[in-house]
Amino acid sequence: MNFLESNIKEVWKFFVSVKLTIFLLLSIAGTSIVGTLIPQNASPEDYVRAFGEFKYRIFEVFDIYDMYHSWWFYLLIIMLTINIIVCSIDRLSATWKIIFNKNPSFKASQFRELANREKFIEKRSFDQLLKIYEPIVRKTFGYTRMEETSTGFCIFAEKFRWTRFGVYIVHLSVVLLLLGSLIGSIFGFDGYVNIPEGESVDQVRINNADKTYPLGFQIRCDDFDVSFYDTGAPKEYRSRLTIVENGKSVLEKDIIVNDPLRYKGVNIFQSSYGPLPAKEVTVKFTVTESNVAYEKKVMIGQPVDLPEGLGTFLLKEYQPSANLGGTDLGEAFVGILNTEPGKSQEIILPIQFPNFDKMRKDRIFISVEKHQEKYYTGLQVTGDPGVWVVYAGFILMIAGCIITFFMSHQRICVEVARKGQASTVTVAGKANKNTFGMQQTITKITRQLTESGDQPG
Amino acid sequence: MDSSHVLSVVTFVYGLAAVLYVASLIFKREMPGIAASITTLLGIIGNTAGIGLRWWESHQQGIGHAPLSNLYESLVFFALTIAVIYMVVERKYKNRLIGAFVTPLAFLAMAYASLSPNMNDRIMPLLPALKSNWLIAHVMACFIGYAAFALAFGISIIFLIKLRKDTNGDSILARLPAPAMLNELNYQLIMFGFLFLTVGIITGAVWANSAWGRYWGWDPKETWSLITWVMYAVLLHAKMMKGWDGKRIAYLSMLGFIAVLITYFGVNYLPGLHSYGSQ
Repeated sequence: MNFLESNIKEVWKFFVSVKLTIFLLLSIAGTSIVGTLIPQNASPEDYVRAFGEFKYRIFEVFDIYDMYHSWWFYLLIIMLTINIIVCSIDRLSATWKIIFNKNPSFKASQFRELANREKFIEKRSFDQLLKIYEPIVRKTFGYTRMEETSTGFCIFAEKFRWTRFGVYIVHLSVVLLLLGSLIGSIFGFDGYVNIPEGESVDQVRINNADKTYPLGFQIRCDDFDVSFYDTGAPKEYRSRLTIVENGKSVLEKDIIVNDPLRYKGVNIFQSSYGPLPAKEVTVKFTVTESNVAYEKKVMIGQPVDLPEGLGTFLLKEYQPSANLGGTDLGEAFVGILNTEPGKSQEIILPIQFPNFDKMRKDRIFISVEKHQEKYYTGLQVTGDPGVWVVYAGFILMIAGCIITFFMSHQRICVEVARKGQASTVTVAGKANKNTFGMQQTITKITRQLTESGDQPG
Repeated sequence: MDSSHVLSVVTFVYGLAAVLYVASLIFKREMPGIAASITTLLGIIGNTAGIGLRWWESHQQGIGHAPLSNLYESLVFFALTIAVIYMVVERKYKNRLIGAFVTPLAFLAMAYASLSPNMNDRIMPLLPALKSNWLIAHVMACFIGYAAFALAFGISIIFLIKLRKDTNGDSILARLPAPAMLNELNYQLIMFGFLFLTVGIITGAVWANSAWGRYWGWDPKETWSLITWVMYAVLLHAKMMKGWDGKRIAYLSMLGFIAVLITYFGVNYLPGLHSYGSQ
């Protein structure tokens, strides 16, 4: 038992140190820099190209390519968490005693040497002061106590005792942030899915892993729209989504970036988009000799007969940016032309240049007249049950910082000493921090005490 | 006269204020100091008017948004917050000479915005990701924090100079505040800046969660803001718990500001979601 106890004591002593806090914070800051210089989660080939085989292997041992999720980075964070908790518990008992003390001890002598003080002469009678001073002080301070002294009396007062909790609130908030992110990483998921317009999905692909996550309901993309500014920069991505559960539509919403859809703990965010090949295309066939044009609806993958018995044509595929000899032709369709038996050739039909195929100088040239534009929407789909713990941490952290930095436990002593007919009054105060604020409070109390004589009553 | 014109004039107003503060310091005269305060005030008015005008202009162009969306606009706002926080400090601590070390920072920010040849000062429409109510809160909180740290940086420099030089009554530096006061002021500004940096990071996290479904993603800008936050957290613990003071706090404060500068500018050269902050 003794052996165990002394061990626990040793561990406690190790973690209770502020030096350790500073060391851990600096280590976390210092190592974090590495991850901003080396891109994270890139492909191994990229790293080998950048660093060479040897360095790549060394970095790999230390998880440099995903360093914020490496064992040693987690270790630093866990150590910091223990350090914060141990330090807080260690100091809390002393603070607790001060905050919940029913009878705080005051000694007039403690206040006589303080720098924060103001002094003035009071001409009103001593007995009157005895009556009116305490209520004035009590208006600003929650707790007051009067005591007799050899030369008169003094009033002790204090307020904002509870602000000593400020720093514990900040520490608690840090622990909540870490706890929340832990909950998120265990029970949450982070995935993506592409849905073509008009189609539905019931599972998403998990990021950075070869896994899928079943949603328990379906997401249907009814429509996707992208709009642009005159400059060509994107203005808005908008997906109309419907949640379908057990065959019934339960929720319908347009989502844009910054305005996601949330359903049963699953958050759906607009993330990307892309064009989809049209299924039905209107193609124009122009016979060169007679200059007669024929329009035909063509389905991708289904061969059609050319007009005037010139052969057959097959629309093979859609390409978002077709390339011919290094030149980008933009959106285009690729077709296979059969004008003579046994002789087929691949032709490119750029949508922007309807006369492009004319340059082939054949008996017939082809262009794409109309194709129905279709998109798929790219959605980020996440679930994070820890997010509310994190948000609670956020609120506590802001509140805790305000309390810790700008408020303080203030104690004052108003000492009244008889001096002939008049009395000398000294207002002195001390605070656990923020001495500037203390001085302001003393000035305020002094003004209230002196001005109380100006009013009748 | 359009907003970028107004703001380029403001650059020189801040420049003049800086010259006057330095003149007041070197020639040990009160007059240039008073003129410098008035000039800074004029700069603040012009700076505010320029930002307001730019906001109005963006509405005229049909793409109305708060002018806080790119590097140019952020520099202009940064200069304004530095000047405003400085004027508050000047009034509260009743010392004009700190301005000699602080207004040059406001001037530099404006000069970078207005005079850099490859700075884009056109009003651009907002990208979808930036269309959020969190934009104003996030950017304002961050830059108020940065500005407070910038002032703390200037004050740390004064502090270190004063310590190094023996300041007898004759020295130029004698009229600068006493080291103890500078030390206290440095600390006050860092607490103020730390609160706003905290709010800035938190609003950014909440925004990221509503835009991308994650409140933290180790994007380089996020990471550097955390590094900055940690540096100042170290400073606060060293001061409150270990009783560090003076020189060591001044050095930490300067180191912290270097982290601020990397968070602000350096990160634009790294890949990440905030790279729209670059030119």
